[in-house]
Amino acid sequence: MTRDILILALLDGVSYAGLLFLVALGLTFIFGVVRILNVAHGSLYACGGYAAATLGLWLGGGTLGASLAALIGASIAVGVVLGTLLMLLLRRFQDRDPILQLLVTFGAFMIFEDLQRMIWGTQPYFVADVVNQMGTSEVLGVVYMNYQLLFVPGAAIAIFALLQWFLKHTLTGRQIIAVTHDREVATAMGINAKRIAYLTFIVGAMLGSLGGALASPTTSLVPGIGADMIVLSFAVVATAGLGQISGALLTALMIGLARSFCVYLYPELEVVMPYVIMVLVLLVRPQGLFTVAQARRI
Amino acid sequence: MFRRVAIRASLLAAFSCSLLATGAQAADKPAELKVGITTFMSGSASVFGVPAKAAAEMYIDSLNAKGGIDGVKVRPIFIDEGVGGDRLLSEYRRVVQEERAELMLASISSGNCNTLAPVAEDLKVVNLMWDCGTEKALEGHGYKYVFRPQANAVTEMVAAVAYLLKVNPDFKTIAVVNQDYAWGRDSWDIFRTVLTQLKPDVKVVAELFPKFGAPDFSAEVSRLQVLRPDVVLSTSWGGDLDTFVRQASQRGLLRTSKFYLPLGESSLERLGQTLPDGVLIGARGDHYFLEPRYVNDEKHKTFVANFKEKTGSYPIYSVYHMIQSLDAMTAAYEKAIKAAGGWPTEEQLADAFRGLEFRGLTSSVTIRPEDGQGLEDQLFGMTTSHPDYKFKVLKDVMIVPAAPVTTPPGQHTPDWLKTVNASIIDAVQPAQAQ
Repeated sequence: MTRDILILALLDGVSYAGLLFLVALGLTFIFGVVRILNVAHGSLYACGGYAAATLGLWLGGGTLGASLAALIGASIAVGVVLGTLLMLLLRRFQDRDPILQLLVTFGAFMIFEDLQRMIWGTQPYFVADVVNQMGTSEVLGVVYMNYQLLFVPGAAIAIFALLQWFLKHTLTGRQIIAVTHDREVATAMGINAKRIAYLTFIVGAMLGSLGGALASPTTSLVPGIGADMIVLSFAVVATAGLGQISGALLTALMIGLARSFCVYLYPELEVVMPYVIMVLVLLVRPQGLFTVAQARRI
Repeated sequence: MFRRVAIRASLLAAFSCSLLATGAQAADKPAELKVGITTFMSGSASVFGVPAKAAAEMYIDSLNAKGGIDGVKVRPIFIDEGVGGDRLLSEYRRVVQEERAELMLASISSGNCNTLAPVAEDLKVVNLMWDCGTEKALEGHGYKYVFRPQANAVTEMVAAVAYLLKVNPDFKTIAVVNQDYAWGRDSWDIFRTVLTQLKPDVKVVAELFPKFGAPDFSAEVSRLQVLRPDVVLSTSWGGDLDTFVRQASQRGLLRTSKFYLPLGESSLERLGQTLPDGVLIGARGDHYFLEPRYVNDEKHKTFVANFKEKTGSYPIYSVYHMIQSLDAMTAAYEKAIKAAGGWPTEEQLADAFRGLEFRGLTSSVTIRPEDGQGLEDQLFGMTTSHPDYKFKVLKDVMIVPAAPVTTPPGQHTPDWLKTVNASIIDAVQPAQAQ
């Protein structure tokens, strides 16, 4: 492997990892606090993408600021609306078997898939104004889009840092951590666990839809796009350990880089690489790479 | 008394003999002709399935308005291929056994064709493989009730090589970026086999098979920018093709390598001005809404206008394949009714498809009597800008006749591919406007 290929594979890997992390982050954040593996997270990704593309089309190009506002505005709107709907649905299944809760989110995912088809049809959507507005850079003779090379990974790191700051340095963040550690004790200490669960769900949903919105300028939005992404982001979350935010960042980076190096060195392994990593990790550490073993409660 | 009985017995014997001589009796004419149609109404392949469904509805409405087939109205029963193999299979059986569909059009997916063809044979129902490509679904099976009124993957890929060598013979290197599933792999195997046979000096510099539905092709595009192949081939389709082409375009790859997209006709309208001029495009058949030989043909022109009005888009190859299959259905029923002297039995209908020559929206298709495989010519062209359209259209349109690029009946494709020679390049001819 030459030095040039090493650098290019690193850049490609980081760019892909940024997108992957943003989607996986919402999934793992919700599980960490609410203890629900939300299959409908794929729908949030898809709806976020579709909404951003629709808003982008409506704005019809314009300035870079307007394009970015469309991406962020669509993410917030979809996250709040669908997150609230999902939370209201799941409230009826609170404290029930986790398998049942998972099936409910799966049912919601199927319903959202049909809704997407009713609203946006079956033809691929694509709005790339923001990518063109950000321009390109050349590295070692290879042209990169600044949007993919700098903006998406930068947004992933910024959101990670913001979430860490929020959890560690704000009252609500600390309450979320308290509920994550022990819901009963947190409730006994006066924390409104229901409000925390709702807030967590909305933030997680917004992260999922933001992933879709940020993917939309480079990806064709088609029916089924949510299902593809939920499988991949589940591989990230399972490898990192359910509920592990920092772990998800490192695992997304690991999977992104492994996939990228495969394209350069062993293209045949590209598709299976995320799942090979997941299986290998789970064989050695069934709880995931970054989950710390907990003491059994008596 | 004895004489009367003897006369009756003679008449009965004579009638029986006449039946034996002319074959089986015609069936009772049904109140309506139920036709089961599998198509993708969900999932990523609905980019083909939904427009094809709209085309089927248009065709059947128009046919029924003219009185149907021999006075029998046609009723379509649509089945979603997106529900997955097992459910599709049970729905298929239900439509044949409970709804009593006389004819089935299945499917878009090659996997579904492979699954459903033996089931159709078992149920003794005529099945038209209306859009799937794999030659394996028909070759060597000797089916009695299964036909394909369009080309198969061998015709499409061998024709694609012939066209490439005709219009761009001097390239030295090629790379492929196909979807990682049966079509992506099989189409490349056929293409590579024929290409390396006819042009042994060509170097395949990369074979990339990204995940089906991949949202990101950064690494593939970077690698191709490093390798700088003369030709980049992709037989991908739908959202995957759109995403790959857009990302490659945004990063300037389309300026440094010649792109060749044998299924690109179905993406032209969606891609807008993303494609530069000079990209090589295929159409999975000889149909295209601006096909020079049929652009002013009344049947074709009326259909294109009506389809555009109904759906807001121009027809793509799956739409043409659907209409082609329904035209095959109409032609076969007319032939069978004539032969049987009444409404045909399922067996008589199947017989009518053997050797059937019919016209869809463009040129005629012949279904080979030996194996039920349709011979459909192939169209290719080069992208160019046109002031009347907001997307690229095709210029220098060429036609590859089906017969020289299709495995002959009774032969095994891998063996036949080894015998393909440069004469197929000479068979490629410009489509002359009429």
